[in-house]
Amino acid sequence: MDDLIVKTITRLIVPFIQLYGIFIILHGHLSPGGGFSGGAILGASIVLYSLSFGLEKASKKLSHEASSIIESAGILWYIALGLVGIFMGGYFLTNRAAGFPMGEAGAVISSGMIALITLGIGAKVASTMITLFHTIIKED
Amino acid sequence: MMQLLNVILVIFLVVCAIAVERTKDLLGAVIIFGSYSLIMAVLWLLLRAPDIALTEAAIGAGVTTILFIGVISRTRRME
Amino acid sequence: MKKIFFMIVLAGLLILLVTSVMEMPGIGSIDNPAYNEVTRYYVENAITDSNAPNIIASIITDYRAFDTLGETTVLFTSIAAVISVLSLGHHHGHKNHNSEEKVEKQHG
Repeated sequence: MDDLIVKTITRLIVPFIQLYGIFIILHGHLSPGGGFSGGAILGASIVLYSLSFGLEKASKKLSHEASSIIESAGILWYIALGLVGIFMGGYFLTNRAAGFPMGEAGAVISSGMIALITLGIGAKVASTMITLFHTIIKED
Repeated sequence: MMQLLNVILVIFLVVCAIAVERTKDLLGAVIIFGSYSLIMAVLWLLLRAPDIALTEAAIGAGVTTILFIGVISRTRRME
Repeated sequence: MKKIFFMIVLAGLLILLVTSVMEMPGIGSIDNPAYNEVTRYYVENAITDSNAPNIIASIITDYRAFDTLGETTVLFTSIAAVISVLSLGHHHGHKNHNSEEKVEKQHG
């Protein structure tokens, strides 16, 4: 789409959308939100970029291979965090007993496994949205 | 006051749900479905579930609408 | 005749649903059947168990983390289905389309 207004507004607004998504992911254990909603907002920002600038420029920012690698890495990171619990002598996906650093309640770096899992879910949901959109609108 | 807002939103939700089913133009149906999701997000907020409201506003009103429009652009517009 | 029958069935269903909604307890009421000892345990012990002020986050990624792993796998499955239908199947279908045209030409 060759529209100057859409391109200018997109260039202005995309960093703020991404900042809000990252804020929701990083504060997932402190405030409402979490991996799913923050990842959806991050994915929607890239979708907006590729709607106004075209698929080629968006693929330069985040290629199809990179987003599929991020997507697989998100779920593998989740399973690896669960396996840490088994190696430390607990159950699959234990939090406090597995020896994660718990920190202080209310700080950004705290609550052990929860913040790390939220990061993984956020990356996975964002790359899922981007890959779905790029696969659907790709020309033959 | 909140009770009145709640009733108005639920009535509008039902009207949107019926309109999605009755509309022959698929692009219009998708846009009505997006407004349905937005009203649903406000209703989740009134039900004191702010994180579900965030997810509904981002996925239901944003990404689902765009994905449906992408699918319509690959197929045909009229039912 | 058929339409009247459907209307009667739908009216009965409407009466059933509206009366059951009237009988439901209010939002946040203490008589709610969902408010049992599990909810009380989460409200009292979630912060000391997982150090997260957001109890919902500590439920979905600590107590019920295996459930969330399943939800994430649903996303993975959906994207595998979309890619296998749209990206990989297309060239195959195109070849089939060409071969069908060739067959039609031969028959013609």
